Amino acid sequence: MAAQPTAVEMNAISKRFGGVHALREVSLSVRRGEIHALLGENGAGKSTILKILRGVQAPDSGSIAIGGEAFDRLSPQLARQKGIGMIFQEMSLVPTLSVAQNVFLASEPLTPAGLIDDRAMERRSAEIFASMGVSVDPAAMVADLSTGQQQLTEIAKTLSQNAEVLVLDEPTSALTASEVDILFDLLRRLKSEGKAIIYVSHRMDEIFRIADHATVLRDGRLIDSRPIANYTLATLIADIMGKETRDLSEFTTETTAQDDVILRVENLASKLRQGGDVSFSLRRGEVLGIAGLLGAGRSRLARMLFGLEPIARGTITLRGQAVSIGSARQATELGLALVPEDRRRQGLVLTHSIQDNIELPILKRLGATPFVDRVKSRRTTDELIKRLAIKTASREAAANSLSGGNQQKIVIGKWLATDPDILIMDEPTAGIDIGSKGEVLRLVRALAGEGKSIIFISSELAELAAVSDRIAVMSGGRLVETIEKADLLTTTGDAAELRAEQKLQLIVQRGGNYG
Amino acid sequence: MADTMAVAGRETPLGYFKRTWRQNIIYIGFVVVFLFFALTLHDKGFLEPNNILNIARQTAMIAVMAVAMTLVLSSGEIDLSVGAVAGLASVTTAMAVAWGGLPAGIAAGIMTGVTVGLINGLLSTRLMIPTFLTTLAMMGIAKGTAMWISGTAAIPVLDRTYPAIFGGGNIGPIPTLLLWMLVIGVIGHIVLRRTKFGRQVLAVGGNVVAARYSGINTGRIKLWVIVISAVTASLAGMLYAGRLQTGRFQLGEGDELSVIAAVVLGGTSLFGGKGTVVGSIIGALMIGVINNGLILMGLEYSQQLIARGGIIILAVALSQAGTRPT
Repeated sequence: MAAQPTAVEMNAISKRFGGVHALREVSLSVRRGEIHALLGENGAGKSTILKILRGVQAPDSGSIAIGGEAFDRLSPQLARQKGIGMIFQEMSLVPTLSVAQNVFLASEPLTPAGLIDDRAMERRSAEIFASMGVSVDPAAMVADLSTGQQQLTEIAKTLSQNAEVLVLDEPTSALTASEVDILFDLLRRLKSEGKAIIYVSHRMDEIFRIADHATVLRDGRLIDSRPIANYTLATLIADIMGKETRDLSEFTTETTAQDDVILRVENLASKLRQGGDVSFSLRRGEVLGIAGLLGAGRSRLARMLFGLEPIARGTITLRGQAVSIGSARQATELGLALVPEDRRRQGLVLTHSIQDNIELPILKRLGATPFVDRVKSRRTTDELIKRLAIKTASREAAANSLSGGNQQKIVIGKWLATDPDILIMDEPTAGIDIGSKGEVLRLVRALAGEGKSIIFISSELAELAAVSDRIAVMSGGRLVETIEKADLLTTTGDAAELRAEQKLQLIVQRGGNYG
Repeated sequence: MADTMAVAGRETPLGYFKRTWRQNIIYIGFVVVFLFFALTLHDKGFLEPNNILNIARQTAMIAVMAVAMTLVLSSGEIDLSVGAVAGLASVTTAMAVAWGGLPAGIAAGIMTGVTVGLINGLLSTRLMIPTFLTTLAMMGIAKGTAMWISGTAAIPVLDRTYPAIFGGGNIGPIPTLLLWMLVIGVIGHIVLRRTKFGRQVLAVGGNVVAARYSGINTGRIKLWVIVISAVTASLAGMLYAGRLQTGRFQLGEGDELSVIAAVVLGGTSLFGGKGTVVGSIIGALMIGVINNGLILMGLEYSQQLIARGGIIILAVALSQAGTRPT
């Protein structure tokens, strides 16, 4: 590996925004034929250094070399010309155009007459997909593709521009397990062809699966950069977080579940999906984890319980009484709350302040008049900012000015403000930094201790095993298995965590085959 | 805080100004335009109390409609039918006054707005037709109806009280039109800033999915906003009828453009989620001042149109730059 030449050499890069040091003398060296993980919590400086590499921002000091050629700064055009290709987290494809049209967007091949040569475009797209070893129909409309295929199209687009360095930011966040496998096969193939790959992810299991080398940033500084083989999960997390953290095993295995069943769901099936129904019960003070692959019907279940998806059949019994829930308002009045999957789209009005967002589900309770009781609203907001340790200068700050973890805390806060009996959380830790993640999990246990019941949907099996009293596995719209936490934790000591996770993974994967 | 969405925080006054001047451009612009005309046209009577009151009278209908349009744009919708609805309401109210006197006239005007608003609103919230299309169609339907029932003739308002209430007279030295503008403006401002309804309007416009997930009946909020807009447009039509003592289908024609321009000038987002009623009224007054100033300058109508268009584009470009969602 040492024989491979360096693809990107960023040396002692510093960047300030106003008084904030986003980067202090950070160096990043990526070789050809290497998958290089760039790690750090939100705000560590990852996106800043990538923006400098893409030429979107100029460094205050430091030097950049691409393929041996040195630059003080780059422009987006120059970066692309020198082979830097970015695969965006939020897809940059035009959904109403075909795959081939997207791949060659703004660099379409022309016929001799100067018109766009659609056939050549499709042929060349097909060649690129063939060289990637994946099958995507170049004539298909992007809107009709699965998320995984859209991602592959995005990569094909980058490759068509002769990219030598591929930057992937959280590429697997919306992919199913099998799509992740396809993506990883492709990345290994690109690596063997000598491409350099910079890989950003919060998912540690992926890093250990795919990366060769890891560079860790924290608070704008370079902490360490070494081959992944020299890291263990514990040392890597320690580097990222800056202090030896207790792992997830801090979470008690003692259940806080009480005897009375607060919610019973029988044969619940959605109108929007054929096949499958769900039955389960939830006790007061219990955390029910829900595992399953993407598309298993977990979010659908959450939406049905919260009145956002029409129900075809089945019954919901709340505190011993059959209820029908036709809207989010009814659900809220019945003491349910939903922290939805997509905080930016479903959870927040991003341009509005923290206070305005928290106010939204409790407007009815803010005074008996048509006017908003602003004093009460401020008090509620300040209490929640304090309780959830939301990092912000003011309750008037716009939600989109905060980091992902703090945005998620606002969403959780606005639902805690309703004082729900049952809190449904759909992927509450997705895409947030490890520090916030731990805080969310501790909060879930604290709420359960207060007698609230929680339905906790997550794709991160380790946290699911840590936080739940009981775990239900869903597949193909059905609930296929329920496991007590005690059964997952049969061994003790350090291995308990991974064991539980692996067991769960087995069940989830097996469940996936039913669907 | 009352007039802007400004964020309080620890920063220098200069930093605050740099960050918020675009939001407040309408106030700066209004003062600049006003001072410009005051200096260049003082010998032509621009600053005469009568001229100033005239500007207020001419602007009142636009300002009243702009208050409701602020809610409409804040909720992420649009209403292109306001001008035509004002014309239709001026006809229905005038005809009803002739038939049944003052109460009938008021009822007919208001009911015109309620009916149009419900049609616009239900088509948009139940059949999911965008308001851009429903209200564009309603523009033609309202105008056609007004022409049809009036036989394209002007309907005189012979009642004496009606003009006194709706825009004809003065209370002391103050034109009633100015009072209408102030009352509607204050109500609109309080509704948008201080009430639960106003918060829900902004939330629906800011992110309709998040609003629905938060338990807000987003369809009902939009329906209300659209009905309020049509009723306010009808009120503007009644003010036209009172001021001119006539109901006529041409009244209010083309006002939708002035109204939307006033609201956007004022700093309300065309994309929803952000709105200011005070800004809209200042926006309407600014358009009135520009119209008046250009006339006093002795510009021909053709030149007035060009100058007015240029000023509006400039102001909107300054106030809206950077507010487009990415």
